Amino acid sequence: MPTVKSLEDLKKIREEALKKREIKSAFGSIQIIVGMGTPGIAAGARETLKEILRIIEEKHLTNITVRQTGNIGLDSWEPIMQVLKGEEALVTYGKVTPFAVERIMEEHVLGGQVVRDYVVPA
Amino acid sequence: MREIALHLLDLAENSVSAGAHAITISVYEDLDADKLMIRIVDDGRGMDEETIRKVSDPFFTSRTTRKVGLGIPLLKEAAEACNGRMEILSKPGAGTQIEVSFQHSHIDRMPLGNLSTVFLELTVAHPDIHWIFHYTARKHGCQETFVFNDEPVKEVLAEVPLTHPDVLAYLRETLEQGLGAAQKTLNR
Repeated sequence: MPTVKSLEDLKKIREEALKKREIKSAFGSIQIIVGMGTPGIAAGARETLKEILRIIEEKHLTNITVRQTGNIGLDSWEPIMQVLKGEEALVTYGKVTPFAVERIMEEHVLGGQVVRDYVVPA
Repeated sequence: MREIALHLLDLAENSVSAGAHAITISVYEDLDADKLMIRIVDDGRGMDEETIRKVSDPFFTSRTTRKVGLGIPLLKEAAEACNGRMEILSKPGAGTQIEVSFQHSHIDRMPLGNLSTVFLELTVAHPDIHWIFHYTARKHGCQETFVFNDEPVKEVLAEVPLTHPDVLAYLRETLEQGLGAAQKTLNR
């Protein structure tokens, strides 16, 4: 039976993060946006976002912020995931299944290579 | 959408679009009354009577990017098919409250689905909104409630983002364990 977490645990997490200077880089060096309008949710966006959060937790990625956005008008491409790295252009991915998330996180977010297979054509 | 949790995600997104700063989501599973009820309360811009009437019409949406919005009408229909109902209380400038009920044991009732993931995603991916989640389970006169309020969490964290991996683990475990413990009441 795992112990129930308390705010004391959270204070420790904060102190650790500040000590390791993980916060300086935390704001915005990589932004991930997931479309969570009705069509996105219906197409499986909850699982897409769940996988993104799982990978951040598992690989201990400290420089990523994640946001939800409403419908962006690309219904037939849902679930939509957008990646914004520093000064680079925003990349919009479509039909992003949990499997696609793994590739995008590995190859683009961590590796710096845009995953062409899932890019929504402009 | 064949999960109540997904409809909650959809309703919450409407509240965000309505400019809400604080959103409270409540889920009641009452086996004694054979009822499953969800409620979402926001302090967004609210709706006038005409708009309330129209949101349950499948050919109306407040969105401009696409003409047909199906989230609310489909949920209303699903509730009514399970001896339940949907009630929308709202006034311009006074926020919106939506309450949806189902007969818990109805054969056509969609499952509650993965609530903890939905709560985690809303908290993390809408960090500017103040979230409160309530879950209550009741059976044989025993009642168990789990409440998550993100305010103390955000106070402790200050500049540490909610997407920090250790914070994510903390939130995920808090929600999963809290909901899991309350849901045990239903298996008595």
